[in-house]
Amino acid sequence: MTELPEVAVATGVASLAWLLFVLPALGAAILLLAGRRADGWGHWLGVGTVATSFVIGLAIFFDTLALEPEARTREQSLFQWFAVGGLDVDFGLRVDPLSLTFVLLITGVGALIHLYSVGYMAHDPGRRRFFGQLNLFVTAMLLLVLGNNFVLLYLGWEGVGLASYLLIGWYQDRPSAATAAKKAFLMNRVGDVGLALAIFILWTDLGTLQYTEVFARVGELSSGAALAITLLLLLGACGKSGQFPLQAWLPDAMEGPTPVSALIHAATMVTAGVYLIARANPIYDLSEAGRLVVAIVGTITLLIGAIIGCAYDDIKKVLAYSTVSQIGYMFLAVGLGPAGYALGIFHLLTHGFFKAGLFLGAGSVMHAMHDEVDMRRYGGLARYLPITFATFGLGYLALIGFPFLSGYYSKDEIIAASFGAPGWQGWVFGGCATLAAGLTAFYMTRLVLMTFFGERRWEQLQTADGKDYHPHEAPAVMTVPMVVLAVGSVFAGFLLYVADLPAFLAPSLGELVEPEGAVVAHSAVPFLVVGISALGVLVAWLTVGRHRVPVHRPEPVSLPVRAARRDLYANAINETLIARPGIWLTRALVYFDNRGVDGLVNGSAAALGGSSARLRRLQTGFVRSYALSMLGGSVLVIGALLAVVLA
Amino acid sequence: MTPTAYLLLSALLFAIGAVGVLVRRNAIVVFMCIELMLNAVNLSLVTFARINGTLDGQVMAFFAMVVAAAEVVVGLAIIMSIFRTRRTASVDDANLLKY
Repeated sequence: MTELPEVAVATGVASLAWLLFVLPALGAAILLLAGRRADGWGHWLGVGTVATSFVIGLAIFFDTLALEPEARTREQSLFQWFAVGGLDVDFGLRVDPLSLTFVLLITGVGALIHLYSVGYMAHDPGRRRFFGQLNLFVTAMLLLVLGNNFVLLYLGWEGVGLASYLLIGWYQDRPSAATAAKKAFLMNRVGDVGLALAIFILWTDLGTLQYTEVFARVGELSSGAALAITLLLLLGACGKSGQFPLQAWLPDAMEGPTPVSALIHAATMVTAGVYLIARANPIYDLSEAGRLVVAIVGTITLLIGAIIGCAYDDIKKVLAYSTVSQIGYMFLAVGLGPAGYALGIFHLLTHGFFKAGLFLGAGSVMHAMHDEVDMRRYGGLARYLPITFATFGLGYLALIGFPFLSGYYSKDEIIAASFGAPGWQGWVFGGCATLAAGLTAFYMTRLVLMTFFGERRWEQLQTADGKDYHPHEAPAVMTVPMVVLAVGSVFAGFLLYVADLPAFLAPSLGELVEPEGAVVAHSAVPFLVVGISALGVLVAWLTVGRHRVPVHRPEPVSLPVRAARRDLYANAINETLIARPGIWLTRALVYFDNRGVDGLVNGSAAALGGSSARLRRLQTGFVRSYALSMLGGSVLVIGALLAVVLA
Repeated sequence: MTPTAYLLLSALLFAIGAVGVLVRRNAIVVFMCIELMLNAVNLSLVTFARINGTLDGQVMAFFAMVVAAAEVVVGLAIIMSIFRTRRTASVDDANLLKY
C-alpha cells in the first residue's frame, strides 16, 4: 500500500488548469459553429488553442516542479456538476505529476500534429471541420486525464470515443471508412460497459467516486469486489487501447487521415487504458490476480501485434499493429504492479514521440506517393524524401530500441522488470517481451527496407487514376513537426531517464520498486534485447533486403503468414463467437415476437371474431323462432323454480 | 264447479294461444293468439281471486284488459303499416332485422 499524498487546492499558476481544456473546447465550438466564414483562418485557430494549452501546461509543470514532492498533488474544484441523492459529483480537476505528464504529451504532440495537419489536409474541403473535431478530441482527452473523479474520466472517455469515431470516418464517402468507424465505436462500447460497471461497483461499495476519497478508502473493499473492479476496468482499458481480445478495431481505424492515426490511434487516446490502470493503482495494488490478468493480456497482445505486424504490406497497418504491440508492453508494465506503473507511463511517453513521428513520416510518404499505402509499390524513396527518411529512420531506431535512443530506455526497463515477476511469470513475461522485441526489429526493418531502400518499384507502376508517381518532399509545415518529434524520439528517453521520471511520478503512482530475484539480471537485459533486436534486423535484411520485393504479394504462403495476414483470425473469432450468435439470438427473438407474442394476441382476437361470427347466425330474423326460444326459456325457468320448490 | 276446472281451461287456452303464435304465419292470427293467451291469464287471475276471496286478482285482470286494449291499437297499426309497405301480413316475410 503506497502512501497517499496530501491534496492541496491549486493556487497560482496551477489555478489556470481549467484553461487547459477550455481553450480547445472553445476552438472546437468556434470551428464547428462558425461555418464557412472560418475556412480561411480556422486551422490556425485550431493549432493556436492547443499550442496555448501546451504553454499553460508547461507553466503549471514548472510550477509543480518547484514544489516539494509531497505537495505536488493539487486539485481545482470548478463547480458542482450534479447531485442526485447521495451522488454528488464535482467538476473538479486533479493537477498531479501523472495528469501533468499526460497534459504535456497530449498538448505537445497534439500541437505538433495540428501543425502537420495544416499541410496534410490542405487540399481537403472540410479542413476547418477536421480541426474542430481534432480540437474536440484534445478537449475530451484533457478532461479524461485531468478529472478528479471517475465520472469526469468517463465523460472524457466517451468524448474521445466520439471524436475517434468522427475522425476514423472522416472520408465518409468510403464505405470502408464508415465501417471502420462503426467497428471502432462498437468495440469501444464493449469496453465502456466494463468501465461503467466498475464505476457502479465503486459507488455501491464506497459511496464516492472522487479519486482521493476512493483511494483513501480502498481498504474497505472486499477482495472479491477489488478483483471485479480491476477486471472490469481492464475490460474498459482493453476496449480503448486495442488490447486482446478487443484489438481488432485499431488496425481498421487506419482508415482515418494519417494525422488522426498519429494523434489518436498511436500517441494519446489508445494509451488512455494505460492511464486508467495507472490512475487506479491503489485498487490494482489490492488484487494480485487482477494485476496478473493485466500482465497476461499485455503479453498476449504484444505478441499478437508483433506477429501480425510482420505480415502486412500496408504501411499504416504495420504501424498500427506495432502500436497494439507497444501498448501491450505498457499493459505488461502496469500489470507488474508497483514494479511497473511508472515504467508503463515512461514507455507511453517515449512511444508517444516516436510512434507519432513514424505515423507522420508514413503520412509524408503517402503524401508523396499519391495516398498509396502498399509498401510493395514503394522502394528506394530515401533519395526523394530525405527529411522524411531521416526523421522516420530516427523514429524507427528509437522503436526497435537502438542503444541510447528513447525505446532503448523505456522498453528495456519494462523487459527487465518483467523478468523480475515472481516464479514462472518472470520467464514467461520476460521471454515473450524479449521475443516480441526481436519481432519488432524484424517488421520495422522490413518496413523501412521496403519503403526507403531497394528497387524503385513505383517507376513501373501507375497510380489508381492512371498517372505516374512523382515522389516529392512535403512542405515545411509538415516536415517541422516530424523533425521535432524525431528529436524527441532521440533524446526523450535519455532525458526522462536522467530526470528520473519514476521519481517524479511517485506521488501519483507510488515509489518504483526494483523486483528482487529477477531471473535475468537487470544489467544483462540491455545486451539481451539489443542482441535479439540485432538478430531481427539481420533476419529482415536476409529475407527482405537482399531479394527483389515482388509488387504483388506472393501466394500461396505458409500457414503462419496466412494466419498473420488475416489478423490471426481475430475478426473471424469475433464474428463466430460474438456477432453470429448475436444475430441468431436477435433473429430468434424476432421470430418469437412475430409468431409467439403477436401470434397469441392475434390468435385470441381471431378466435373471438370467428366464434362470434358463428354465434350471430342464431339471429335469424324470424319472429316465431324468437318466440319459440322465449317460450323454451320460460319453460326452463319455471321448471327450475318448480324443481326447487317441490324438491 | 271447482276452481280447478277454470284453471285447466285457462291452461288449455294459453297452450292453444302459444301454439298459434308459434305455428301461424299471418300476423293478424298471431295477434289474436296473443290476445287468447292474455285472456287465459286473465281467467286464471280471476279464478285465483275467487279462491283467495280477495279482489287483487280481479284488479290485475282489469289492468291486463286496459293494457291489451292499448296494445291492440298499437299492434294493429304496426300490422297495417307493414301490410301497406310489403303487401303481405306474413310474419316470416318481415325478417330484415337479423345477422
